[in-house]
Amino acid sequence: MTVVREAGATGDGTRGVSRRGRPGPVARGGVAHAPSRAVRALLLGGIGLFFLIPVVAMVEFTLRKGLGGGHDASRWIALAQGGLTGQYRQVLVALGNSVGLAVGTVLIVLLLLVPTLLLVHIRFPRLRRVMEFVCILPISIPAIVLVVGLAPVYSLLSRLAGSGVWTLAFAYGITVLPYAYRAIQANLDGVDVRTLSEAARTLGAGWGSVLFRVLVPNLRRGILAGAFIAVAVVLGEFTIASLLSRVNLQTALVVVSKADPYTAVIFSLLALTFAFLLLLLIGCLGAERTRPRRRRPIGGRP
Amino acid sequence: MLLFLVVPTLIAVGTGFFDTSGAFTLDTVAALGNPVVLGAFGNSFALSALTSVIGALVGAIACYGLLGARPDGALRAVVDSLSGVLAQFGGVMLAFAFVATIGIQGMVTLFLRDTFGVDIFADGVWLYELPGLVLPYLYFQVPLMFITFMPALQALKPTWAEANATLGGSRATYWLRIAGPVLAPSFLGSLLLLFANAFSSYATAAALTSQGSQIVPLQIRSALTSETLLGRENLAGALALGMILVMVVVMAGYSALQARAARWQR
Repeated sequence: MTVVREAGATGDGTRGVSRRGRPGPVARGGVAHAPSRAVRALLLGGIGLFFLIPVVAMVEFTLRKGLGGGHDASRWIALAQGGLTGQYRQVLVALGNSVGLAVGTVLIVLLLLVPTLLLVHIRFPRLRRVMEFVCILPISIPAIVLVVGLAPVYSLLSRLAGSGVWTLAFAYGITVLPYAYRAIQANLDGVDVRTLSEAARTLGAGWGSVLFRVLVPNLRRGILAGAFIAVAVVLGEFTIASLLSRVNLQTALVVVSKADPYTAVIFSLLALTFAFLLLLLIGCLGAERTRPRRRRPIGGRP
Repeated sequence: MLLFLVVPTLIAVGTGFFDTSGAFTLDTVAALGNPVVLGAFGNSFALSALTSVIGALVGAIACYGLLGARPDGALRAVVDSLSGVLAQFGGVMLAFAFVATIGIQGMVTLFLRDTFGVDIFADGVWLYELPGLVLPYLYFQVPLMFITFMPALQALKPTWAEANATLGGSRATYWLRIAGPVLAPSFLGSLLLLFANAFSSYATAAALTSQGSQIVPLQIRSALTSETLLGRENLAGALALGMILVMVVVMAGYSALQARAARWQR
């Protein structure tokens, strides 16, 4: 890496990640082989329409007034006015479960994956290919196959630790591994971790302060992106929870949809919007790397 | 890590080879030859092949359409996140979306019926059977294609197009003789990834069809939850073994193609 940084690197942590894996946005505006404006509008409009219709249909569906026809927002209003306390309580419980699982999964990923990746990066660079292979592996094992093998593991686990829903966090830790790995590794590749840690060590920092005051602030974009994607994946997970008979947001939605499809669709719309905003935030975090930012005071994380 | 990835996979594959008393047997693996199971694999193959080919073509067209947009612009940011949501988050909720769209009381169904007098379910309701899975699957295949194929398209150097133009080549020459060969490995690799994705997808199908098991993941569900097929508990293991074999072949092809594609992406 070419970015040589001043010794006070603990400060503006954002500058170390100025390099991206892909070619930067240099003069991309005038791509010679790009389609003309009209063709572009036609293509995107057509495909956009296919993707828009189901979403519009979902909204329309939730606004239906019932058999009499017509539309109003009564279902949304009813739900907003504490409708969750009644028969939809199970959705609330399930949402709580899913959020708890998301937090647990993020903790597992952060506490295990980040130190491991750093260690491999600094001390054992030769293990990197192995690490990459292991981390990407879960993508090629379908969740439905994983469940077949997880069933016996979980029956053992429930005898040891109870059958609480939190135990699913271990399985989710595996399913989000590839996504979290990619996010963090991409950030790691853009930061000269070795020089940074050597510089900090030379200046008398212990490993603890190297980790928390130098490396983590520099990697916080990758870590945040990894955490967000883990949250999105966990909130959308259905296969494992459903077949291991645990309750999470998605399985509860299926149950609710059998009794009251309108509410299920409302919740789906809300969940989709939430995930969209979450990913948009990740995108903004990534994009900010290339733009100049105003300087921040010392101390990456409060 | 070991307990939750390696052990389950080994168990999943291993149980295919043992009967209920724990003795080694090939009977359950032989169950893969059962016409019902073979039919499910056939359906899975057909569904995955169809949706991955259509998804790859439409996705590639979408990538081409977005080629002119600034990579760090607002349009790309929105499309990127939307693709991420639909490709990874959808599952159950996509099933709801399509019930609301082309279900019996769906918006499009009613619109077509009331406006044009066309009944899309004239030959029976196909949404909850195999053909009904095609549209919802496309709804997450196209975004996945966008995510995986866009970097390759973006790595095309403007200088190549300029060189082509300087040497008197037309647009057709550029796409057929330069961009085409460069993009081919990426395109085929993404196609394989889409195939693997459709093949292993479970949530949408499970939420859409509550009865019958036309595709392999649903077969695994019924093998895992069924109480009627006594003595066939390990069928799920055998099915899982079959799926893993398919996935290994597909993913091996994918990484080989990816390695070839990487030459042009520096």
